[in-house]
Amino acid sequence: MSQAAVHSAVEPAETPLTPESWGKLGMWIFLVGDAVGFGVLLASYGAMRATSADWPSPYEVLGINLTAFMTFLLICSSVTMVKALEWLGRGDRIRCRTFLAGTAIGGAIFVGLQAYEWSKLIHEGLHINGNPWGASLFGTSFFLVTGFHGLHVTGGVIYLLAMIRYVTNRPAPMASYNAVEITGLYWHFVDLVWIMVFTFMYLL
Amino acid sequence: MTATTAAAHKHPNYMMIFWWLAILTVIELAVIFLPMAKFTIGVLLVALALGKAALVAMYFMHLRFEVRTMGLIAVTPLAIATLLVFLLLPDGFAVAHKSVPKKPAAAAPAKH
Repeated sequence: MSQAAVHSAVEPAETPLTPESWGKLGMWIFLVGDAVGFGVLLASYGAMRATSADWPSPYEVLGINLTAFMTFLLICSSVTMVKALEWLGRGDRIRCRTFLAGTAIGGAIFVGLQAYEWSKLIHEGLHINGNPWGASLFGTSFFLVTGFHGLHVTGGVIYLLAMIRYVTNRPAPMASYNAVEITGLYWHFVDLVWIMVFTFMYLL
Repeated sequence: MTATTAAAHKHPNYMMIFWWLAILTVIELAVIFLPMAKFTIGVLLVALALGKAALVAMYFMHLRFEVRTMGLIAVTPLAIATLLVFLLLPDGFAVAHKSVPKKPAAAAPAKH
Protein backbone atom coordinates (compact mmCIF):
# COMPACT_ATOMS: atom_id res chain seq x y z
CA MET A 1 0.00 0.00 0.00
CA SER A 2 1.42 3.41 -0.96
CA GLN A 3 2.04 6.12 1.64
CA ALA A 4 -0.71 8.24 0.07
CA ALA A 5 -3.15 5.37 0.46
CA VAL A 6 -2.24 5.00 4.14
CA HIS A 7 -2.81 8.69 4.69
CA SER A 8 -6.10 8.66 2.85
CA ALA A 9 -7.21 5.86 5.17
CA VAL A 10 -6.64 8.20 8.10
CA GLU A 11 -7.90 11.42 6.52
CA PRO A 12 -10.18 10.52 3.61
CA ALA A 13 -10.31 14.00 2.16
CA GLU A 14 -8.86 17.42 2.83
CA THR A 15 -11.11 20.01 4.34
CA PRO A 16 -11.21 23.09 2.10
CA LEU A 17 -11.12 25.39 5.14
CA THR A 18 -8.01 23.97 6.80
CA PRO A 19 -6.11 21.85 4.26
CA GLU A 20 -3.40 21.13 6.88
CA SER A 21 -5.58 18.85 8.99
CA TRP A 22 -9.10 18.02 10.10
CA GLY A 23 -7.94 18.50 13.67
CA LYS A 24 -7.36 22.18 13.09
CA LEU A 25 -10.90 22.61 11.77
CA GLY A 26 -12.17 20.65 14.77
CA MET A 27 -10.32 22.95 17.16
CA TRP A 28 -11.69 26.04 15.40
CA ILE A 29 -15.24 24.69 15.68
CA PHE A 30 -14.66 23.98 19.39
CA LEU A 31 -13.23 27.46 19.93
CA VAL A 32 -16.14 29.15 18.16
CA GLY A 33 -18.55 27.25 20.42
CA ASP A 34 -16.49 28.15 23.48
CA ALA A 35 -16.35 31.78 22.36
CA VAL A 36 -20.16 31.82 22.22
CA GLY A 37 -20.14 30.63 25.84
CA PHE A 38 -17.78 33.42 26.93
CA GLY A 39 -19.68 35.89 24.75
CA VAL A 40 -22.94 35.03 26.47
CA LEU A 41 -21.32 35.40 29.91
CA LEU A 42 -19.80 38.79 29.07
CA ALA A 43 -22.94 40.05 27.30
CA SER A 44 -25.05 39.06 30.31
CA TYR A 45 -22.52 40.76 32.59
CA GLY A 46 -22.74 43.93 30.48
CA ALA A 47 -26.54 43.93 30.55
CA MET A 48 -26.62 43.37 34.34
CA ARG A 49 -24.03 46.08 34.88
CA ALA A 50 -25.80 48.61 32.67
CA THR A 51 -29.13 48.13 34.40
CA SER A 52 -27.90 48.02 37.99
CA ALA A 53 -28.09 51.14 40.10
CA ASP A 54 -25.46 50.12 42.68
CA TRP A 55 -22.83 48.23 40.68
CA PRO A 56 -19.42 48.77 42.34
CA SER A 57 -16.59 50.35 40.37
CA PRO A 58 -14.53 47.23 39.50
CA TYR A 59 -11.07 48.79 39.27
CA GLU A 60 -11.52 50.39 42.68
CA VAL A 61 -12.78 47.21 44.34
CA LEU A 62 -10.72 44.57 42.53
CA GLY A 63 -7.54 46.54 41.90
CA ILE A 64 -5.81 46.33 38.54
CA ASN A 65 -2.08 46.15 39.29
CA LEU A 66 -2.04 42.38 39.74
CA THR A 67 -4.40 41.69 36.84
CA ALA A 68 -2.46 44.04 34.54
CA PHE A 69 0.61 41.91 35.33
CA MET A 70 -1.43 38.75 34.69
CA THR A 71 -2.49 40.18 31.31
CA PHE A 72 1.14 40.89 30.46
CA LEU A 73 2.04 37.34 31.53
CA LEU A 74 -0.54 35.79 29.21
CA ILE A 75 0.65 37.96 26.30
CA CYS A 76 4.22 36.77 26.99
CA SER A 77 3.02 33.16 27.09
CA SER A 78 1.35 33.64 23.70
CA VAL A 79 4.70 34.78 22.31
CA THR A 80 6.49 31.72 23.73
CA MET A 81 3.76 29.56 22.17
CA VAL A 82 4.26 30.96 18.67
CA LYS A 83 8.02 30.71 19.14
CA ALA A 84 7.61 27.00 19.98
CA LEU A 85 5.78 26.49 16.69
CA GLU A 86 8.31 28.57 14.79
CA TRP A 87 11.24 26.50 16.11
CA LEU A 88 9.42 23.26 15.40
CA GLY A 89 8.91 24.44 11.82
CA ARG A 90 12.70 24.84 11.62
CA GLY A 91 13.14 21.29 12.89
CA ASP A 92 14.45 22.21 16.35
CA ARG A 93 12.54 20.06 18.80
CA ILE A 94 14.61 21.02 21.84
CA ARG A 95 13.85 24.74 21.49
CA CYS A 96 10.23 23.90 20.72
CA ARG A 97 9.92 21.93 23.97
CA THR A 98 11.68 24.70 25.90
CA PHE A 99 9.20 27.30 24.65
CA LEU A 100 6.26 24.95 25.27
CA ALA A 101 7.50 24.49 28.83
CA GLY A 102 7.84 28.28 29.17
CA THR A 103 4.26 28.68 28.02
CA ALA A 104 3.05 26.08 30.53
CA ILE A 105 4.99 27.79 33.34
CA GLY A 106 3.43 31.15 32.37
CA GLY A 107 -0.03 29.56 32.51
CA ALA A 108 0.69 27.93 35.86
CA ILE A 109 1.85 31.25 37.34
CA PHE A 110 -1.31 32.89 35.98
CA VAL A 111 -3.52 30.31 37.72
CA GLY A 112 -1.51 30.74 40.95
CA LEU A 113 -1.93 34.51 40.84
CA GLN A 114 -5.65 34.11 40.19
CA ALA A 115 -5.94 31.84 43.23
CA TYR A 116 -4.11 34.48 45.29
CA GLU A 117 -6.42 37.23 43.98
CA TRP A 118 -9.53 35.18 44.78
CA SER A 119 -8.40 34.39 48.31
CA LYS A 120 -7.54 38.07 48.91
CA LEU A 121 -10.93 39.27 47.61
CA ILE A 122 -12.84 36.61 49.56
CA HIS A 123 -10.97 37.71 52.68
CA GLU A 124 -12.06 41.31 51.95
CA GLY A 125 -15.71 40.26 51.72
CA LEU A 126 -16.37 39.50 48.05
CA HIS A 127 -18.52 36.38 47.95
CA ILE A 128 -20.54 34.65 45.26
CA ASN A 129 -23.78 35.73 46.92
CA GLY A 130 -22.90 39.20 48.18
CA ASN A 131 -20.31 41.86 48.90
CA PRO A 132 -19.98 45.01 50.99
CA TRP A 133 -19.77 47.37 47.98
CA GLY A 134 -23.10 47.02 46.17
CA ALA A 135 -25.01 44.68 43.83
CA SER A 136 -24.71 41.05 44.95
CA LEU A 137 -24.50 39.91 41.32
CA PHE A 138 -21.11 41.65 41.13
CA GLY A 139 -19.49 38.81 43.06
CA THR A 140 -21.51 36.13 41.27
CA SER A 141 -20.48 37.35 37.81
CA PHE A 142 -16.87 37.95 38.85
CA PHE A 143 -16.33 34.44 40.19
CA LEU A 144 -18.27 32.82 37.34
CA VAL A 145 -16.41 34.54 34.50
CA THR A 146 -12.89 34.53 35.98
CA GLY A 147 -13.41 30.97 37.28
CA PHE A 148 -14.55 29.73 33.86
CA HIS A 149 -11.50 31.36 32.30
CA GLY A 150 -9.21 29.98 35.01
CA LEU A 151 -10.47 26.47 34.26
CA HIS A 152 -9.55 27.02 30.63
CA VAL A 153 -6.03 28.12 31.60
CA THR A 154 -5.65 25.07 33.87
CA GLY A 155 -6.80 22.82 31.02
CA GLY A 156 -4.36 24.59 28.73
CA VAL A 157 -1.42 23.95 31.06
CA ILE A 158 -2.27 20.22 31.16
CA TYR A 159 -2.66 20.23 27.36
CA LEU A 160 0.77 21.89 26.96
CA LEU A 161 2.46 19.38 29.26
CA ALA A 162 0.91 16.54 27.23
CA MET A 163 2.14 18.22 24.05
CA ILE A 164 5.74 18.37 25.33
CA ARG A 165 5.59 14.60 25.74
CA TYR A 166 3.95 14.20 22.32
CA VAL A 167 6.65 16.25 20.56
CA THR A 168 9.33 14.18 22.29
CA ASN A 169 7.82 10.87 21.23
CA ARG A 170 7.15 11.63 17.56
CA PRO A 171 9.65 10.24 15.06
CA ALA A 172 10.36 13.57 13.30
CA PRO A 173 9.89 17.24 14.28
CA MET A 174 7.41 17.98 11.50
CA ALA A 175 5.27 15.01 12.53
CA SER A 176 4.02 17.00 15.48
CA TYR A 177 3.72 20.39 13.73
CA ASN A 178 -0.06 20.28 13.23
CA ALA A 179 -0.65 19.10 16.80
CA VAL A 180 1.46 21.96 18.22
CA GLU A 181 -0.30 24.47 15.97
CA ILE A 182 -3.70 23.21 17.19
CA THR A 183 -2.50 23.50 20.81
CA GLY A 184 -1.40 27.05 20.02
CA LEU A 185 -4.87 27.90 18.72
CA TYR A 186 -6.34 26.88 22.07
CA TRP A 187 -3.73 28.80 24.06
CA HIS A 188 -4.09 32.01 22.04
CA PHE A 189 -7.86 31.75 22.42
CA VAL A 190 -7.40 31.67 26.21
CA ASP A 191 -5.25 34.81 25.89
CA LEU A 192 -7.80 36.48 23.61
CA VAL A 193 -10.64 35.78 26.04
CA TRP A 194 -8.61 37.19 28.93
CA ILE A 195 -8.11 40.42 26.96
CA MET A 196 -11.90 40.78 26.84
CA VAL A 197 -12.40 39.66 30.46
CA PHE A 198 -9.76 42.13 31.69
CA THR A 199 -11.48 45.00 29.89
CA PHE A 200 -15.06 44.14 30.81
CA MET A 201 -14.59 42.83 34.36
CA TYR A 202 -11.75 45.05 35.63
CA LEU A 203 -11.43 48.25 33.60
CA LEU A 204 -14.94 49.27 32.52
CA MET B 1 -1.95 17.46 3.46
CA THR B 2 -1.34 15.17 6.40
CA ALA B 3 0.41 15.56 9.70
CA THR B 4 3.62 14.02 8.42
CA THR B 5 3.82 16.28 5.38
CA ALA B 6 2.66 19.50 7.00
CA ALA B 7 4.33 22.61 5.66
CA ALA B 8 5.51 25.13 8.23
CA HIS B 9 3.20 28.11 8.59
CA LYS B 10 4.20 31.58 7.51
CA HIS B 11 5.48 33.35 10.63
CA PRO B 12 4.97 37.09 10.99
CA ASN B 13 7.17 39.26 13.23
CA TYR B 14 5.84 38.03 16.56
CA MET B 15 7.90 40.42 18.66
CA MET B 16 6.34 43.36 16.83
CA ILE B 17 2.86 41.97 17.69
CA PHE B 18 3.97 41.51 21.30
CA TRP B 19 5.07 45.15 21.57
CA TRP B 20 1.80 46.34 20.03
CA LEU B 21 -0.15 44.28 22.57
CA ALA B 22 1.96 45.61 25.44
CA ILE B 23 1.57 49.23 24.27
CA LEU B 24 -2.20 48.86 23.83
CA THR B 25 -2.43 47.39 27.36
CA VAL B 26 -0.58 50.39 28.79
CA ILE B 27 -2.91 52.74 26.86
CA GLU B 28 -5.91 50.83 28.32
CA LEU B 29 -4.59 51.37 31.83
CA ALA B 30 -4.05 55.08 31.13
CA VAL B 31 -7.48 55.57 29.55
CA ILE B 32 -9.40 54.74 32.74
CA PHE B 33 -7.82 57.73 34.49
CA LEU B 34 -8.53 60.24 31.71
CA PRO B 35 -10.84 63.12 32.61
CA MET B 36 -13.53 62.13 30.12
CA ALA B 37 -17.15 61.03 30.19
CA LYS B 38 -17.61 57.44 31.40
CA PHE B 39 -19.32 56.51 28.13
CA THR B 40 -16.36 57.79 26.07
CA ILE B 41 -13.91 55.86 28.26
CA GLY B 42 -16.07 52.74 27.82
CA VAL B 43 -16.10 53.08 24.02
CA LEU B 44 -12.31 53.61 23.98
CA LEU B 45 -11.67 50.58 26.20
CA VAL B 46 -13.90 48.29 24.11
CA ALA B 47 -12.21 49.53 20.91
CA LEU B 48 -8.74 48.89 22.40
CA ALA B 49 -9.77 45.40 23.60
CA LEU B 50 -11.18 44.53 20.18
CA GLY B 51 -7.95 45.79 18.57
CA LYS B 52 -5.86 43.58 20.86
CA ALA B 53 -8.13 40.59 20.28
CA ALA B 54 -7.88 41.14 16.52
CA LEU B 55 -4.05 41.19 16.71
CA VAL B 56 -4.03 37.88 18.64
CA ALA B 57 -6.51 36.25 16.25
CA MET B 58 -4.93 37.55 13.03
CA TYR B 59 -1.26 36.95 13.81
CA PHE B 60 -0.89 34.53 16.74
CA MET B 61 -3.79 32.32 15.61
CA HIS B 62 -2.75 32.85 11.96
CA LEU B 63 -6.28 33.81 10.92
CA ARG B 64 -4.76 36.30 8.48
CA PHE B 65 -3.25 33.39 6.56
CA GLU B 66 -6.41 31.25 6.53
CA VAL B 67 -9.20 31.32 3.95
CA ARG B 68 -11.72 34.14 4.36
CA THR B 69 -14.50 31.75 5.38
CA MET B 70 -12.53 30.85 8.53
CA GLY B 71 -12.46 34.53 9.46
CA LEU B 72 -16.21 34.79 9.00
CA ILE B 73 -16.74 31.71 11.19
CA ALA B 74 -14.40 33.15 13.84
CA VAL B 75 -16.25 36.48 14.17
CA THR B 76 -19.66 34.79 14.51
CA PRO B 77 -19.47 34.63 18.36
CA LEU B 78 -18.77 38.38 18.49
CA ALA B 79 -21.87 39.06 16.40
CA ILE B 80 -23.97 36.75 18.61
CA ALA B 81 -22.70 38.39 21.81
CA THR B 82 -23.40 41.90 20.45
CA LEU B 83 -26.89 40.84 19.42
CA LEU B 84 -27.45 39.35 22.87
CA VAL B 85 -26.54 42.64 24.56
CA PHE B 86 -29.21 44.47 22.53
CA LEU B 87 -31.71 41.71 23.30
CA LEU B 88 -31.03 41.81 27.05
CA LEU B 89 -30.79 45.55 27.59
CA PRO B 90 -34.49 46.46 27.04
CA ASP B 91 -35.57 43.73 29.45
CA GLY B 92 -32.94 44.77 31.98
CA PHE B 93 -33.93 48.41 31.86
CA ALA B 94 -37.59 47.43 32.25
CA VAL B 95 -36.77 45.46 35.41
CA ALA B 96 -34.58 48.29 36.70
CA HIS B 97 -37.37 50.77 36.05
CA LYS B 98 -39.85 48.64 37.97
CA SER B 99 -37.48 48.15 40.89
CA VAL B 100 -36.79 51.87 41.40
CA PRO B 101 -38.60 52.76 44.60
CA LYS B 102 -41.42 55.22 44.01
CA LYS B 103 -41.17 58.58 45.68
CA PRO B 104 -43.45 58.70 48.67
CA ALA B 105 -46.65 60.48 47.87
CA ALA B 106 -47.01 63.96 49.26
CA ALA B 107 -48.20 63.69 52.79
CA ALA B 108 -51.90 64.19 53.00
CA PRO B 109 -52.95 67.05 55.24
CA ALA B 110 -53.52 65.77 58.66
CA LYS B 111 -57.11 65.53 59.66
CA HIS B 112 -57.93 66.88 63.02
